[in-house]
Amino acid sequence: MGLLRRHRRPQPKIDPLVADLCGVLSDDRVRVDGAERALMARDASVFRGGVAGPTCFPTSTAEVQAIMRVAELHGAAVVPRGAGTGLAGGAIPLGAPIVVSTGRMNRILDVDLVNRVAWVEPGVINLDLSRHLQPMGFHFAPDPSSQAVCTLGGNVANNSGGPHCLAYGVTDAHIAAIEVVLIDGSVIMLGGLEAEPVGYDLRGAFVGGEGTLGIATRIAVRLTPNPPAVRTLLLSFDTVRAAAETVSAVIAAGIVPAALEVMDQRITVAVENFVGAGYPTDAAAVLLAEVEGSPAGADIDAERLETIGRANGATRVRRAESEEESALLWKGRKTAFGAIAQLAPDYYLHDTVVPRAALADVLEQVYEIAERHDVVVMNVFHAGDGNLHPLLLFDARIPGTLDRVHAAGAEILRASLAAGGVLSGEHGIGVEKQRFMGELFTDADLDHQNRLRRAFDPVCRANPGKVLPTGHSCADIQALRAVPTGVWG
Amino acid sequence: MDAVEESTLTIVDPVLLAFADEVGASGPVAVAGGRTRWDVGGSLDPEARVLSAPSGVVAHQPSEMTVQVRAGTTVAELDAELAAHGQRTALPDRGGTVGGAVAVGENPVDVLARGRLRDAVLQVRYVSAEGELVTGGGPVVKNVTGYNLPKLMTGSLGTLGVLAEFVLRTNPVPPASRWLSAEGVDPTLVFGAVHRPAAVLWDGLTTWVQLEGHGVDIDADAVALGRLSSFTEVAGPPAMPDHRWSLTPAEALDLPAHVDGDVVVALGVGLAWASQPQPPRPVTPEVAAVSARMKENFDPTGRLNPGRSVFA
Repeated sequence: MGLLRRHRRPQPKIDPLVADLCGVLSDDRVRVDGAERALMARDASVFRGGVAGPTCFPTSTAEVQAIMRVAELHGAAVVPRGAGTGLAGGAIPLGAPIVVSTGRMNRILDVDLVNRVAWVEPGVINLDLSRHLQPMGFHFAPDPSSQAVCTLGGNVANNSGGPHCLAYGVTDAHIAAIEVVLIDGSVIMLGGLEAEPVGYDLRGAFVGGEGTLGIATRIAVRLTPNPPAVRTLLLSFDTVRAAAETVSAVIAAGIVPAALEVMDQRITVAVENFVGAGYPTDAAAVLLAEVEGSPAGADIDAERLETIGRANGATRVRRAESEEESALLWKGRKTAFGAIAQLAPDYYLHDTVVPRAALADVLEQVYEIAERHDVVVMNVFHAGDGNLHPLLLFDARIPGTLDRVHAAGAEILRASLAAGGVLSGEHGIGVEKQRFMGELFTDADLDHQNRLRRAFDPVCRANPGKVLPTGHSCADIQALRAVPTGVWG
Repeated sequence: MDAVEESTLTIVDPVLLAFADEVGASGPVAVAGGRTRWDVGGSLDPEARVLSAPSGVVAHQPSEMTVQVRAGTTVAELDAELAAHGQRTALPDRGGTVGGAVAVGENPVDVLARGRLRDAVLQVRYVSAEGELVTGGGPVVKNVTGYNLPKLMTGSLGTLGVLAEFVLRTNPVPPASRWLSAEGVDPTLVFGAVHRPAAVLWDGLTTWVQLEGHGVDIDADAVALGRLSSFTEVAGPPAMPDHRWSLTPAEALDLPAHVDGDVVVALGVGLAWASQPQPPRPVTPEVAAVSARMKENFDPTGRLNPGRSVFA
């Protein structure tokens, strides 16, 4: 056996870091092969240039702790990774760090109905949790479009959103407590199930930290009661502006729907080809609206929403007559990104937020910017939150195309900032938007964000080179891109 | 309301810059609001200069569901401005200022309806220990741009920065609201009988329920509650005992049986009010270590609200 083992792993080629990781995890849960490293080098964003070191698949808090201690011994950086569905490059490893996949920590540990929380491991898939809770009358409110794949650990890292965050808020409103392994290997419980946990809100500070503050190993998520009644409406408009203005009018009237989603004509046609939900392909824009509550109140809100829509130019209003019809309309919205495969091999999904009042104006600029850069743009977005998602379609095989896409993307960001908006509503900063942080925040603002970061990770080895721009972050991103010596080149 | 048309991150209010100058870069300093929670976190170091934060509602934009307000504004003044446009926010009004409410970070009694105070703070502006004006978060209802300084500052008792201005999320005031009360009913059954009560309070004997929403819905809820017990309409919540407790919802349910004197519990939340104070809540060494680094990073010379601690 000993001889065979030496044959398989010739001693001179074993990297000491890998050897130590294999000492704390079983060999099959430390992967160093080329295929794994190529997979781990990317996420769902268009960003490339990541270089993964060894990938670890821990199954317990103690194993994550052990990995952190090995990393400390070797001075290695550590990048946590969920399902890799992030769109801002937050999980892209820079400088060949240890990648810690939480995919095998995927148990729902406890559903505590008295305290209205569920304790889960970070690798639990968002939709699996809501399906588990459904018979008990509850769900997890944040519902990213990737919810059938994305993990709760990833949701916590990115402070993810989704269509229903208009009424319910993004992930951080739904996390009561998080067990975290810090970069020094210590295990800390942030927040708690108490009404107002004692001390600084470290839980609130951690959510949205994009893996730069530590690795979540257990999460107490708040349970939201399922609404007794849901009304889904689809409103058609002759202009995108009319749809956007309807959104502002609904909010101004004192209605906070569970969701207000706008899709423009290009995406509506693509979706209709794909799911056949009966979306009107001749409308310039459709507004998918959902109101909920008790049956009588939901009917009142649906009625008012319809009246406001018609007053703002809705040409048709369709109200889903059954749960099946409602589910089909939502399937159209949720699979919009998949439907794009009919049109172009690649897309860049942008994410900015503007004040609702500026939605129509900024959208017009988005179309103008895309046309000027000769890029096809589609819009499908969380209009109720002012959260824009321009989709820039392209074919990466055509030289120069990606440059035009990035140029258009930067202009869209600047148009959003000029309207009083922010860089991201739900995807985060990652490596995608770092260089724009200085256009939103002052040096002092960024310095204070870095102070928060360094309270969790003074040595700057947790997912370095993310969120904050060069000069403010814990480590210089350029230095990280230079791959260290050794087998990871 | 002051005549400020825009509220973007790039426009810096001269009133706030003047306040930053007043705070300066050295010497112990603290801010007094309405002094309604002046004893929270310990006694202020007598050496500290005591300042007042600037006041005024800067911009209320009902269709954005946001309000920009300076820390020295009273919660009552903010509430009046919001109510004039049919809106409200998650700050409890106990006679103090907006800055005081955010610094202390306590939720309102009807947190189930209004949401948590922490979730209402979208953007914060504060003066750093170095005397610089710092902005965290953003002025829109959905934002994941950078680290969450608004969450960190909320409930920090002004020990990490001198709170100057906020953008808060607002919500519409529901069309109707009623308080009902009954004796001897199991308060946990209320959650099964109605969809989303605004508040359920219980003193071990009597249950108070606040219902909010469309009139037709709360009428139906009242009928559903009537099947549990004979609920009667009351003017509002009971008088609360002096001392506020923070517990898990499960622990709070047990409190009336285990604590002498008066107790009122907010079900589903974990808040309680009792005639005796809550024993100190311990923190782990790990939480203490990260918190100490946070304080050290934000206030290296210990000049901000000296004598006060979030752990006291």
